[in-house]
Amino acid sequence: MRQEQFERENSEFWRELEQFISNLERPRYKRVVNRQGSLDFPSCYRKICSHYALARSRSFSPALLERLHNLVLRGHPHLYRQQTAWGWRMMHFILLDFPRAFRQHSAYFWLALLVFLFPALVLGVGCFQDGDLIYSIMDEQQVASMESMYDPANRQPGRSVERGSETNFMMFGYYIMNNIGIGFRTFAGGILLGVGTLFLLLFNGIVLGGVAGHLTRQGYQDTFWPFVSGHGAFELTAIVICGAAGLMLGHAILAPGQRTRVMALKQQASAALQLVMGAALMLLVAAFIEAFWSSSNLAAGIKYSVAALFWCLVALYLGWMGRSPRGSR
Amino acid sequence: MDDPWLPWHDMTNPAQAPLLDTLRAYEIPEGVSLEFRLAGPVVRACAWGIDAALRALLYILLTMGLSVLGGVGVAFMLIGFFLIEWFYPVVFELHTGATPGKKAMGIWVIQDNGTPVTVASSIIRNLLRTVDFLPLLYAFGLLSMLIDREFKRLGDLAAGTLVVYRDQPLKQEISAEEGVIKPPADLSREEQKVMLAFVERGESLSAARRIELAELLTELTGQTGQDAVDELYAYANWITKGHSCDSSARGIGVSP
Repeated sequence: MRQEQFERENSEFWRELEQFISNLERPRYKRVVNRQGSLDFPSCYRKICSHYALARSRSFSPALLERLHNLVLRGHPHLYRQQTAWGWRMMHFILLDFPRAFRQHSAYFWLALLVFLFPALVLGVGCFQDGDLIYSIMDEQQVASMESMYDPANRQPGRSVERGSETNFMMFGYYIMNNIGIGFRTFAGGILLGVGTLFLLLFNGIVLGGVAGHLTRQGYQDTFWPFVSGHGAFELTAIVICGAAGLMLGHAILAPGQRTRVMALKQQASAALQLVMGAALMLLVAAFIEAFWSSSNLAAGIKYSVAALFWCLVALYLGWMGRSPRGSR
Repeated sequence: MDDPWLPWHDMTNPAQAPLLDTLRAYEIPEGVSLEFRLAGPVVRACAWGIDAALRALLYILLTMGLSVLGGVGVAFMLIGFFLIEWFYPVVFELHTGATPGKKAMGIWVIQDNGTPVTVASSIIRNLLRTVDFLPLLYAFGLLSMLIDREFKRLGDLAAGTLVVYRDQPLKQEISAEEGVIKPPADLSREEQKVMLAFVERGESLSAARRIELAELLTELTGQTGQDAVDELYAYANWITKGHSCDSSARGIGVSP
């Protein structure tokens, strides 16, 4: 078949397909509905691909090749688009996928927990024994502002005195920005052979341990511990989960096994993302609790009871949610 | 083809070694290969610059608009900051494949199999942006792009995404002056490309140089001087447009 004949026979089809694809490329609300409802896109797409292959093998003119290639290129994303049902997928993720992903990669979690908890305990005990040790972690100003936040004389625990206008809502926004950001960075640092993740876990462990030890030594335990114990269930667990996700990235690059490093990284990253997104949701819950519950002036006994409930909930959720008798673990 | 990512080379001339190029081909299930032109560090940096300016504007608007509302306003402001910092590119990439900056530069993000970027990949590549930015101004990202042959920064490596040009450069428009003439000999695609390149670059050459180059083909065209140049332009018009334009223009038109 000569080029002119080929074009004559098919140009009507190409124009139709081009219109159809242009319509798909518009945002959903701007599309012309039902204009080409009769066009069977998958088979039309196969047809345009074969036209392109034919034109190419016969060395038809570059302009024609480009026109056909353009149609093939533009059609491809629409044929292979993933349709998503957001609400349903979200529910499925929270109720089943996240806890399952957590248990599947729990080895990373325990490792991350060790990296976080060990320095926290060491520095916690250290700062409790030695009143000066805290100054090798933080400077004087930071220590002073932290002490004032948990001073029993403070109106609301966990809030600095000088910023009297702080409200629960404002702190909610702040905790979201700060804590989820830390979680994301802890994950992202994993791509530097895991070093970034390890550093952030160690750093946070050291600071939190040191602060806890120091404040207990100062005699502020009745404001500090009731404040942190509640949201800590979600917050600390989520940060360690982000650490686990970061370690997965690092592991993929350091020891890719039978795959290439890039391939291993790609596969681990999409598995790790589930952990990160789940942890981000937990941090959202933690921010809510920290802003509206932890800062209240209820009796310590009530706060400790609720905190115990939170910890049990988190443990039950991560440990058992989504297990089924049919063998899903 | 073992590796679908071999740089594109002309099928009609298998002896020719693959050229050093930013064109990448990916073979799709329909059996033909899609070609993408990869976007390099400079164009991506420009796109980032535009986005950074837009983000700064958003930050300012948020601060001005919400700080008057007191505590709740500040909460929304801070949440807005958080969302802009981490999810600004994700929203646009999922919606149209490109942030406003990328759109302005004519590039977009796709999966490395040619499909639109998925939710997971978009989030991964934008969470890892924070590492690409280290130690300052995307140094790690740039390093990774220079090492990787597909200009992937670390986030692209982990997410399996590519940044490519959306539109192919347009070919030479047909100009009526020189008319349309079918080349007397069957030209290979490579020869056709050379002829198009001659026309595309013609404007940047002096008239004397154009004539000098065109006269190399006097044996084919049978013309000398400016006529030889016009003749080649007419061939290029035929190649660009195919035969489908008015064949009565001049010379050996193609029968309708």
